[in-house]
Amino acid sequence: MSDSVSIPAQPEPTDVIVAQPPRVGRGSGRVRSRRAAAAGDALVRSLVPVILALIAGGLLLLILGRDPVSFYSDIWKGGIQQGSWEDSAMRGAPLLLIAVGLTVIFRANIWNLGYDGQFLIGAALITGIAPHLLSTPNAVSLVVMFLVAMAAGAAWTIIPALLKSRYETNEIITTLMMSFIGIGVANILVKGPFQDPTVNIPQTRVIPLDHMLPSIPGTRIHVGVLVALAAALIAHFVLTRTAFGLRLHVLGSNPRAAAHIGINVRRLIVSAFLVSGALVGAAAAADILGVWGYMRANWNPAYGDTVIPFVFLARLNAVAVIPFIAFFAVLSNGGDLAASNAHLPTDFLLVLVALILLFMTVIEYLGRRRGLGGSYLTPGLRAALRVPLLRRRRASEVCR
Amino acid sequence: MPPLVQGEPAQLTSASEQLPAVELVGITKAFPRVVANDDVSLVLRRGEVHCLLGENGAGKSTLMAILAGMQQPDSGAIRVDGRPTAIDSPRTALDLGIGTVYQHSTLIGPLTVLENLLLGDSRRLRLDFGGARRRLQEFAAMLGVEIDPDSRAQDLALGRQQQVEIIKALWRGSRVLILDEPTSMLTPQAVAELQKVLERLKAAGLAIVFITHKLHEAVALGDQITVLRAGRVTGSIDREQIRASSPEELEAEIVKLMFGDTTEAAESPEAHIGGGGQTHVEAAHGEIALELVQADASGEGSQPGIEDVSLTLRFGEVLGVAGVDGNGQRALAEVISGQRRLTHGEVRFMGAPVGKVSVAQRERLGLRYVTDDRLGEGIVAGLPVSLNLVLKRIGKPPYWRGGRLRRDAIERDAQMLVDRFGIRTPSVQARAGTLSGGNIQKLLLARDLSFDAKVVVFHKPTYGLDLKTTHAVRRMIGALRDGRAALVISTDLDELLEVSDRIAVLSRGRIVGIVENGPGAAEQVGRLMISDVTLGVRDVVDQELQRT
Repeated sequence: MSDSVSIPAQPEPTDVIVAQPPRVGRGSGRVRSRRAAAAGDALVRSLVPVILALIAGGLLLLILGRDPVSFYSDIWKGGIQQGSWEDSAMRGAPLLLIAVGLTVIFRANIWNLGYDGQFLIGAALITGIAPHLLSTPNAVSLVVMFLVAMAAGAAWTIIPALLKSRYETNEIITTLMMSFIGIGVANILVKGPFQDPTVNIPQTRVIPLDHMLPSIPGTRIHVGVLVALAAALIAHFVLTRTAFGLRLHVLGSNPRAAAHIGINVRRLIVSAFLVSGALVGAAAAADILGVWGYMRANWNPAYGDTVIPFVFLARLNAVAVIPFIAFFAVLSNGGDLAASNAHLPTDFLLVLVALILLFMTVIEYLGRRRGLGGSYLTPGLRAALRVPLLRRRRASEVCR
Repeated sequence: MPPLVQGEPAQLTSASEQLPAVELVGITKAFPRVVANDDVSLVLRRGEVHCLLGENGAGKSTLMAILAGMQQPDSGAIRVDGRPTAIDSPRTALDLGIGTVYQHSTLIGPLTVLENLLLGDSRRLRLDFGGARRRLQEFAAMLGVEIDPDSRAQDLALGRQQQVEIIKALWRGSRVLILDEPTSMLTPQAVAELQKVLERLKAAGLAIVFITHKLHEAVALGDQITVLRAGRVTGSIDREQIRASSPEELEAEIVKLMFGDTTEAAESPEAHIGGGGQTHVEAAHGEIALELVQADASGEGSQPGIEDVSLTLRFGEVLGVAGVDGNGQRALAEVISGQRRLTHGEVRFMGAPVGKVSVAQRERLGLRYVTDDRLGEGIVAGLPVSLNLVLKRIGKPPYWRGGRLRRDAIERDAQMLVDRFGIRTPSVQARAGTLSGGNIQKLLLARDLSFDAKVVVFHKPTYGLDLKTTHAVRRMIGALRDGRAALVISTDLDELLEVSDRIAVLSRGRIVGIVENGPGAAEQVGRLMISDVTLGVRDVVDQELQRT
């Protein structure tokens, strides 16, 4: 496919399809230890950038004249202790759903970067129809609103999906454009038809507390967190154990092979987009119905932007991304307290995320040299990043 | 600008007494688990074509990589013009005048010939187009060819592209030219032209290394033949011996050197070349297996489509399709496999129209396509051999139940196929991308010949394979005469003469004739390939490609 050149490559998923179960009998020990070594490498590769980012962030705090120890302990306090872990969990729910939605489509090497628009359209529609569902039973209205948000998120991907499947239009551009339109339309909806007539601020009516998502008994955590966890587990199963998951993998790693072996590539592209958009929409439902209860104009949490590094750190594995999302949820939740105590803007947390990305790149480079674990990158992009090693690599190819 | 040819020109009288251009002495290179070159010595003389023969994995490529500066030998010495020299980088090799033409084109398609030639010229900021144009003229005159400096590389026929590659390799002033399987993509006419070019290069005093699998080329072109097996030089045939022996004797000698004295290996290529034409006359009267009726399809990029193609393939028959590469072969194959849409006409499979039937359904009906683009679309390199073997049955029982993958069933059958087709792989769990080219082709054959194959389309089935695998593949094609059918699209006329019952000739997307295989078929096919052509073939092909 011609556009495989122009589109940035994405990491090869670490994958249960490829990893094999230990075989019984001779050699099983070696297979298992090799797998264990591979898993260990993957762990090192995933954790080291995070640890380095925290260290570098600490140094940065020192330079700024803040105490890194108290900063990080504030994060611990504000993110974990005294029930604040429950807030962290709730903060993680939409992040996780978006992460899963992106994992699904990134595996097909398709870039859905329109998550903000998909998210906000879903959120706006929910807050708009919620007041009309107050008379229906709670369970029904919640399910309806989830479905509406998912349908809205999915619908917002249809134009990029069809353009890509029909005309191979670059989806990075189309999803971004649709995202801007989506953000605008959501604002129009909030300021226009869904505007709460009783207040002067441009915002929707507030959903009554008893019509929001119920809590898990014994905690303050809403069930949206469970929905997100279930979505991650189901997505992981589908991606690694089913024909659909394998088709996505084939499309992602060799689109021409996908056409050759008889996969309906056009339909698969559209399906991947719809699933991804629906999961982003579900994230909107979980966030609005679980936490906010209303939507203000110009509200855009841009969860997707913060989630993308973790999707790659987890190497497109829908289960492995859970701990990363949990980490970030704690970081951002506790970070509010830590940043205000240290008199820093909360944007400092984004610096930490950026440092993680930076160290991912460093580890990628070092890892190639040392043969450390698998790569985040596809072979093509990897080759491009390794100019200093070019000669050695070419030579090894020649003699193969 | 350096002179066209470095070093002093060859003296026609005493080429052998002269100092050799390059000498490799006792080169040893080991990689983990394999010794690629074991005490290999090679002498390259000015004005000589040195043919290097050997199976895949014999160590030819490593040796050439050492010569091109991409690998460093573990031990041994390299002498250039008698001086011990370390070729420690590709740049050094180029500066020494050692140029390589690889099997696959390294030209950048959208750039012009001139731009391609200037690519390696980073010595000054501004590109010297005028100088390059003059230099190209000099080289073209030396090679006796005509090349338009301003046409885009992708618009040139393959033979012409190769001439540009040769000039590119010589650009910095060469004393040694390495050609890696230069004839594998060429028509007989282009091969003949290459031969002329080589003669002129020899006369200009270049030392040429010619890597090939094809015995008759080595015999026809070589002034010196060296055979490698498992990293060692198993034998050398020099100029006098080549002059003194008949081609048949030489070929027998080379086969012995390549495969050792084992009768099995020695007889297989020979027996097969001899036994090709006899068995397949009576079987060609089965029912119609596959029929194309006035089929049109569009091409992509510079590749032409097909126009008004009508073909009939009967069960028990092998139908060959000959033609110069880039004359609609891919379009023809993909129209049958379903990967490309028909714009007009019909494809019928066992009488039923399948023009609108999906790729997957055609596969299930038993209509198979063994692609020529093995890495590009044949396999998914990151997936294990086992999954690649069942990839065309994705989502279907018994390998998938309710959408779920059944690993045990897949691995059991994959193991069976690996054994039956002799795919050499550490295990069925190994990633397909780690296999060698020949084994990847066996993997594709295992996938497409199994599961009730009825009609199989092969596209360049033995391209780039070594002799043993080539003959194994041709045997498999022949075996389809047991009541199945095969359509073999190939640019290798020898191959078609060996395996087919009839040979259709594809030219510019049209079938220009069909020839019964037998005595004289080669000439007839050759004539059809250049039919309605009064100019030289390559000129017409070039003009055609430029026009489209």
